[in-house]
Amino acid sequence: MSGQDHAVHETVTGIDNRKFGMWILIASECFLFGTLIANYLINKARGLVGPTPQQIYDIDITTLSTFDLLMSSVAMVLALHGCQTRDIKKFRFWTGVVVLGGLIFLGFQYYEFSHFLGLGLGLTTNIFGSSFYLLTGCHGAHVFFGVLWLSSILITSYAKGEEWFPSMPLEVAGLYWHFVDVVWIIIFTVVYLFVFV
Amino acid sequence: MAKNLPSTGIVSWLTTVDHKRIGILYGVTALFFLLFGGAEAIFMRTQLALPNNTFLDAGTYNGLVTLHGTTMIFLFVMPLSAAFFNYLTPLMIGAPDVAFPRMNALSYWIFLFGGLLLNFSFVVGLLPDGGWFNYANLTGPKYSPSHAIDFWVLGVQVVGLASLIAAINFFVTIMNMRCKGMTLLKMPIFIWTTLVTQVLLILALPVITVALMMMTFDRSFGTGFFDPGAGGQVIMWQHLFWIFGHPEVYILILPAMGIVSEILPTFSRKPLFGYSVMVYSSCAIGFLGFAVWAHHMFTTGLGPWAQALFSAATMLIAVPTGVKIFNWVSTLWGGHIRFTTPMLFALSFIAMFTLGGLSGIMHSSPPIDYQHQDTYFVVAHFHYVLYGGAVMALFGGIFYWFPKITGRYMDEGMGKLQFWMYMIGFNLTFFPMHFLGLQGMPRRIFTYASDQGWNLWNLVASAGAYITAAGGVLFFINIFYSLKWGKKAPHDCWDGRTLEWTLSSPPPEYNFAVDPEVKALDDWWLRKWDKDGKRLHPEVQPEIDPSTKHLPNPSFWPMILAFGILLLACGPFFNAKGIALSLVGVLVMLIATYGWSFEEA
Repeated sequence: MSGQDHAVHETVTGIDNRKFGMWILIASECFLFGTLIANYLINKARGLVGPTPQQIYDIDITTLSTFDLLMSSVAMVLALHGCQTRDIKKFRFWTGVVVLGGLIFLGFQYYEFSHFLGLGLGLTTNIFGSSFYLLTGCHGAHVFFGVLWLSSILITSYAKGEEWFPSMPLEVAGLYWHFVDVVWIIIFTVVYLFVFV
Repeated sequence: MAKNLPSTGIVSWLTTVDHKRIGILYGVTALFFLLFGGAEAIFMRTQLALPNNTFLDAGTYNGLVTLHGTTMIFLFVMPLSAAFFNYLTPLMIGAPDVAFPRMNALSYWIFLFGGLLLNFSFVVGLLPDGGWFNYANLTGPKYSPSHAIDFWVLGVQVVGLASLIAAINFFVTIMNMRCKGMTLLKMPIFIWTTLVTQVLLILALPVITVALMMMTFDRSFGTGFFDPGAGGQVIMWQHLFWIFGHPEVYILILPAMGIVSEILPTFSRKPLFGYSVMVYSSCAIGFLGFAVWAHHMFTTGLGPWAQALFSAATMLIAVPTGVKIFNWVSTLWGGHIRFTTPMLFALSFIAMFTLGGLSGIMHSSPPIDYQHQDTYFVVAHFHYVLYGGAVMALFGGIFYWFPKITGRYMDEGMGKLQFWMYMIGFNLTFFPMHFLGLQGMPRRIFTYASDQGWNLWNLVASAGAYITAAGGVLFFINIFYSLKWGKKAPHDCWDGRTLEWTLSSPPPEYNFAVDPEVKALDDWWLRKWDKDGKRLHPEVQPEIDPSTKHLPNPSFWPMILAFGILLLACGPFFNAKGIALSLVGVLVMLIATYGWSFEEA
């Protein structure tokens, strides 16, 4: 929630409530993705029929999309820096780059899913497919939400103009974005790379 | 929109973001669901009172078993605890409100809609019948093809989201909004147990979220996560459920422990014995609570290593719990004890919880657990900890803080009568269940033959249930009577120790006119009494014109957003076609989120 929910008080820890709340949400999300990843690892070789991970993963494409998401995190850092140094052009440009990076990632995911469907791996084909789609779909939903959130901040900055310049909403959204990125690095390693070990 | 909303009347309750009002909403809703859970219990005990009874058929009985457990845990004990978190946390730490007032309202509305979704199963006559732990693959699409189980899966999913949002809110509130001078080890003990409870919620809920999501996919979209025929595993559900389910047990009991730890010192006129040890014990219980889940699964054949480890961890968790029991008893030792109604409930908590704890330690040994598993002995055990323990403490908390919340004491005569009806009724119902369990009576059977030797104790147990129900009716009469005719309560109506007693009863909307500052644990008590036991007369909080304090604006958006979540959750009822309904829900959520973000808080 990017609203200014509470009048800014001095907090005991010195950390803004919204930022603290995001850290706690991230703690919770670690367990969410932890459960999903564990579920995937348990089930990836239990498919009774159909494609196995070795048969369908395309490591080159996924490396590209991983690189794209990583770079969007770099852009996120620059966008926040622009915001904190009151450089609204820099802030807008790099926030736009983050949103674009997220959209490109979602495009890759759309391509990957339809490619896998074409190879005969649907949601219900086998339990490997179910676990894979549940995990990566859940991550994709997180990326989608992040894109929505960051583009809302970007549009707000146009609607409200130069005087609207608090960095906290962007910082909280950035925290979320970096977390979603870190989760992908773990997914990329555990789901995609371990297949080839 | 927000600024023109009224401050009294129904609309003000629908749009409130005041933690005290949200606390009252949580409490009233929890007591409303108690009527459901209680009635379900009475129906079951009526059926079981006599052998070969035909009061209920087997299917209805299974539904009532499931809904009784689910309602009591998710819709009664948890939200009643949340009522105390809401009402008391800001008052006890000297804060104007919680960290995110509108998110607080959001969690209440999500909880309400989730509870209604679960109980909507009554309206359409499809009671979920998979037990409160909803074991796969009985609950898969093959063996439970109707929508009954969906009400359970999606209702619990929605209620869980409410708890998660509230947990984040309270964690941040406690860490960030304590008044000047209140370091972590000067917080009231109830705030500590609240904090540990929020940590458990934050880390345990996502696991059940994923498990429920998998179950929804299995049931509505044709996956086979829990279907051995598709390569899935039944035991995955059990692991995921109990990784959440065991911390859940401590989520239910820790707030109750906190309440008891507040009541005992007040009515013994002594500080809580070993405060810091109590804090560390709470943390240890919270930590170990994540390491014992498989003791619910000993009979599934986990292998000797897993059994040994989970058995040892389970025995270990009894240590901090035992420490607490000794601390409570030591708090009483040599105190000037006043046997008020809240004190009676708190004292019964110690005794009943200890009994339940002892049978719990028995279960930590796998060979013994093999014998007890799925018998009435287990039913006796967890009712002693959750009912004799948690619920008795929560009732004590209601009697203790009712005067603060409403400005009037609850009637002591009716309160004490209710207490004894509860104590006698409870023990008549659940103590014989130990015998029934050891005689081999299994859980969740809807009837039994007359020659099995279970007749007497079942009849006694049912009689006890009626006494308890009468006590419950008396409790509701007491509430209505006391709201109107109860004795007026002053600021510090019990000679208390924590900051809420420096406020008027009921407290003003803005809480503290002057930002409080504390120097020690039990600061208010130390300001009232000097070292030689002489009564001082410190100033209570003054009252000021409310318009001079900035309060967060009321808002409709939390309720609208919660409604969007309800629509989203209703989608899977209609399988793939329901995605449209879910998308409408997402749209409502998006509109509400934007409305929320651009509204002046």
